[in-house]
Amino acid sequence: MNASDVSNSTGRLLRYQRYFNPPLIALVLAVILFFAGGLINPNFVNLNQATNIVRLAAFLGIIAAGQTLVIISGGEGIDLSVGAVVTLAAMLTFRFTEGRNDLIWWGLLLSCGSGMAVGLLNGLGVALLRIPPLVMTLGMTGVVQGTILVVTQGEMVGTTPPLMARLIASPLILGIPGVIFIWLALGVVMWLVLNRTTYGKHLFAIGTNRTTARLSGVRVLRVVVLTYMFSGLLAGFGGFVLLGFSQTVFLQLGNNYLFPSIAAVVVGGTLLTGGIGSYWGTMSGALVLTLIDSLLRAMQLEEAYQLIILGAILLVLITAYGRQRSLRQ
Amino acid sequence: MNSARLQYFFSRNTYIFSLLLLAVLLGVNSSLQDNLFELRVLNNSMRTLLPLILLAVGQALVVIGGGIDLSVGTMVSMLVAVLIKLIDAESGAGDIILAILAACGVGVLAGMLNGFAVAFLRLQPIVTTYATSFIFSGVALLLLPRPGGQIPTDLRRFYAQTPYGVPLSFYIIGILILIWLIIRSTRYAQYLFATGSNSQAAYTTGIPVRLVRLTTYVWAGFFAGLAATALTLSTGSGQANIGDNMTLDSIVAVVLGGTRLSGGKGGIAGAVIGVMILRVIRNVIFFADVPTWSQTLVNALIIIAALAGPGLLGLVRRVVKK
Repeated sequence: MNASDVSNSTGRLLRYQRYFNPPLIALVLAVILFFAGGLINPNFVNLNQATNIVRLAAFLGIIAAGQTLVIISGGEGIDLSVGAVVTLAAMLTFRFTEGRNDLIWWGLLLSCGSGMAVGLLNGLGVALLRIPPLVMTLGMTGVVQGTILVVTQGEMVGTTPPLMARLIASPLILGIPGVIFIWLALGVVMWLVLNRTTYGKHLFAIGTNRTTARLSGVRVLRVVVLTYMFSGLLAGFGGFVLLGFSQTVFLQLGNNYLFPSIAAVVVGGTLLTGGIGSYWGTMSGALVLTLIDSLLRAMQLEEAYQLIILGAILLVLITAYGRQRSLRQ
Repeated sequence: MNSARLQYFFSRNTYIFSLLLLAVLLGVNSSLQDNLFELRVLNNSMRTLLPLILLAVGQALVVIGGGIDLSVGTMVSMLVAVLIKLIDAESGAGDIILAILAACGVGVLAGMLNGFAVAFLRLQPIVTTYATSFIFSGVALLLLPRPGGQIPTDLRRFYAQTPYGVPLSFYIIGILILIWLIIRSTRYAQYLFATGSNSQAAYTTGIPVRLVRLTTYVWAGFFAGLAATALTLSTGSGQANIGDNMTLDSIVAVVLGGTRLSGGKGGIAGAVIGVMILRVIRNVIFFADVPTWSQTLVNALIIIAALAGPGLLGLVRRVVKK
């Protein structure tokens, strides 16, 4: 390998990034998939269906927001506890408000607070005790699920405040459900946090290279702990919002969102190795994944074939975005 | 032994701390449960534990090579379905051996798919094996839409044997560790550890990194075949999602056994110990009369404490140094 090869491959990588912006591809793909759905089932393409898919994607997108931060932070960062935190937050709100509209704010506070507490423990375990994030957050999943069992003793009692369902899941303005507005607002907030705050700059810095970040004065430990706290907070918020949609709580409520939240981040072009990524990528990723899911349902295949096709599509998607650097570079 | 050699010894045998933890937990367990080491009880626990042990051994090899495999559990589900399809209550020895070979063969193919995607297409292991796990689940459901199946009674009796008063599982574990000890001194193991600790450097020194990485996933598939066999022999029937929950347990076991998730360190003895630790913790909780609804929480807290142990030592060392 000689010098010109090196510059050549770097140039190719830069060109690749300029022309193939992963979040943009994901978004285009989402639109194509939607209209492809019309070929399979003509009833698939209409405004109602589009709103419904964006609504479903919003829940995944909100839950995947914290995951995006953790993955950008690098150091094998990943948060496997988001599923359990979603269930915990929904359960607490369900149980505490008991259907009273005036207690909704307290439910929200409880959801975000409990999520943050879990995130704090995750962050301390990862940053101070240097437990690999994957197993630390997996262990915390057990702790959260255990806490849910202790609190509920296996019985999910409570009621969802009717106002929550009205504000979140039902059409609010122009037939668009509230959760879509919440999601868009979160998108703006996440963009500001990632691109316009010191925290955001530090987050990308530690994701790219922890040593250089530390030497440039970033308090790595603090940023890592904060990131896991944000992830917990956003997962808790996701659980609160999800309750407005599901209106009921069961032990596996959040579980179905765990791995899709990671897949949404990756499909949106955020590198699992950290340092590069965006939330609007994750938003497009959530849309793509939800669309694929809806399409497979619309095709009315047997479950076995649905699973196989989903796996194959995911593989193709990852091949398009998730490729790591070649050893030769 | 001087300290340098001691350090070398510990870095080569990362399971030492885990072994200590297991010994302590076993002590607690046997004080709560007097018949723990009775042959019948021991054989029963080992029989139900062997599938996860075999799976964790495969996972350990992937992790040492610097990867991770989130599809091993669904692979077990798929391979149990293969076995149940090929074996019925009247199967003879020849058919059974063929079925086991077929399960391991399909496992190897599945592992090749993972390995090819990770090593040659350079895809991220976590999302890749998550994606393939859907494919394996789908195939499992296709082969075995309804739970069921039967295996010859003799086969179950064979698996429950205790030759010379020692459960069959111990012989299998012994053979595995023996093979590992031999492999560890070969060039393949050197390549494996080098690939896991620094693939870039390994590549520069001419190690076939991609090939080595591919083989680790193939091993995981092969061991999923063995795990599926052990699971089928102990349960006697199949279900399309029977192994799905074993994936995360296999990863926790590998880490509890002292294998670093970042790769390049560890061994299969650690994986075996890790699985045993998980089981003994559950035993202790059960026999300590922990209230039913608190068991999950206590279990998780003990696992976190076990994970935190080495990190806590490191933290103390860092603070003292300052």
